[in-house]
Amino acid sequence: MELYELTVHELIDKLEKGETTSEEITKSYFDRIKEKDGQVKAYVSTMEEQAIAKAKQIDSDRKAGKKLSKFAGIPIGIKDNMCITGTCTTCSSKMLENFVAPYDAMVIEKLNAEDMIYLGKMNMDEFAMGSSTENSAFFPTHNPWDLSRVPGGSSGGSAAAVASDMAPWTLGSDTGGSIRQPASLCGVVGLKPTYGMVSRFGLVAFASSLDQIGPITKDVTDSALLLNLIAGHDERDTTSIETPKKDYTKSLINDVKGMKIGVPKEYLGEGTSAEVKEAMFKVIKKYQELGATVEECSLDIGQYASAVYYILACAEASSNLGRFDGIRYGYRTENCENLKDIYKNSRSEGFGAEVKRRIILGTYVLSSGYYDAYYKKAQKVRTIIKKAYNELFEKYDLLLTPVSPTTAFKMSEKLSDPLQMYLADICTVPVNIGGLPGMSIPCDVDSEGLPIGFQLIAKPFAEETIFRAAYTYEQNTNFREEHRPTFKGGEQ
Amino acid sequence: MANITREEIIHIAKLAMLNLSEQEIEHYTKDMQEILAYAEMINQIDTSDTDETIGATEQKNKFRKDEVMEFKTREDLLQNAPSQDEGMFQIPKVIN
Repeated sequence: MELYELTVHELIDKLEKGETTSEEITKSYFDRIKEKDGQVKAYVSTMEEQAIAKAKQIDSDRKAGKKLSKFAGIPIGIKDNMCITGTCTTCSSKMLENFVAPYDAMVIEKLNAEDMIYLGKMNMDEFAMGSSTENSAFFPTHNPWDLSRVPGGSSGGSAAAVASDMAPWTLGSDTGGSIRQPASLCGVVGLKPTYGMVSRFGLVAFASSLDQIGPITKDVTDSALLLNLIAGHDERDTTSIETPKKDYTKSLINDVKGMKIGVPKEYLGEGTSAEVKEAMFKVIKKYQELGATVEECSLDIGQYASAVYYILACAEASSNLGRFDGIRYGYRTENCENLKDIYKNSRSEGFGAEVKRRIILGTYVLSSGYYDAYYKKAQKVRTIIKKAYNELFEKYDLLLTPVSPTTAFKMSEKLSDPLQMYLADICTVPVNIGGLPGMSIPCDVDSEGLPIGFQLIAKPFAEETIFRAAYTYEQNTNFREEHRPTFKGGEQ
Repeated sequence: MANITREEIIHIAKLAMLNLSEQEIEHYTKDMQEILAYAEMINQIDTSDTDETIGATEQKNKFRKDEVMEFKTREDLLQNAPSQDEGMFQIPKVIN
């Protein structure tokens, strides 16, 4: 088995036993990137020179007996909307193509403290707006299970890299499903933590009341390890919440006996493909065999979540993206004679089509005469959705739904129909509306060999329950042993 | 279908500081009509007794001490400016 095929906890074992070095691990990933990234295109930029230099340093420190974190010398890929000092943070946008971050995001400070190694920055939909990574201003990312299909989005580069062994794990961000949906479409584990658990400091803002950073990993154990590292209060993010430090690996317990899982029937209706439904029924049966109580329940209000989401997310985005004025940083037009020209032409030339679409939608729903009808109304419906979740969590420990109503779709299939693209997130957006934690866990493949994931949702700060149930499922099934990406469907 | 007109799109683009081509105006008018027609489903819900959500969590305002902190990397910040002069952001002449 090649080093790049291992999970992070397996790599740590090997490092601890002295069976490999950080340099070998890091080089193994760059070899893999050279072999596969020409087809997958998951990376916007790679950091090979710095990475190998750092790996050598850590190896010599380790050899000299210096006290190091167990994560020292473990590589990671970072979605290109998180700042690493001195490196480009592009958000896959022409607007930030040359932006060099002058500071570290909180999550990067945390990873630096462990001496982890950055492989590079991962491709994404521009400003995290999209569900297919086709909205990158540079190039689309391809799904390693079928290169003619999308990897999902917006963290498509982060998910595709983990699926194709070009990174042992990555960080993504999730505003309406941007970690969980690509994780599902690429057959890997993706966690969106509770809103407020991971600091957004240094994450380029899309929709601030919904955005959350989280891990994309090969298995559930790695997800717990990475959440341990990035969670924590940060006063530079005023929505960051002070909670006691937890060790999520303590929740990796192979037992769900007595656990109560609700399955909202609305997510197994007409809109969900027959093969995805069938996979969900198999998961339900497995949990029942393992001793959990699984019951049908209803989240009727959930059908309104996508409408609420696109109103609120675009409103927040139109406000957040107001800062791009072509003056202090970012793209500036060549074509300007006065100040207004700089603003208008820089924004018009620097933003891509989807970003403009969302700015227009957001500006419209916030504009005089429409604010009450759209924005205020959506905020009220958000309250009702949150209340409906609270009521369900009085009865259930977890909710189980599909992550995506279909498996990975063909590239350009939904690109010309924005509404259809928006509805690709129908199972994931309600979780962001509620500020809840949700995880995508791979469970099956469809008749074309494309991965299917299921989603576990818990009440705020109940990640431990998710980890326990996800771990139990993983220990009693064999997705990773049975299914690997084939890289089929590429141009000959 | 939501009744958003091409004139409204032009007005909104102006508010958002975006220039749109004729083709973009046409596309975005059609897109907004479709998306807003979908979004209007929220009007089916009675919200007369409901308060708006203010934030994602129940957390209230958090205050910190108002302390001056020196940002030491002025050059690093300025390096991203498309145009700068003597430590300042440079823009074209505004007043003729």
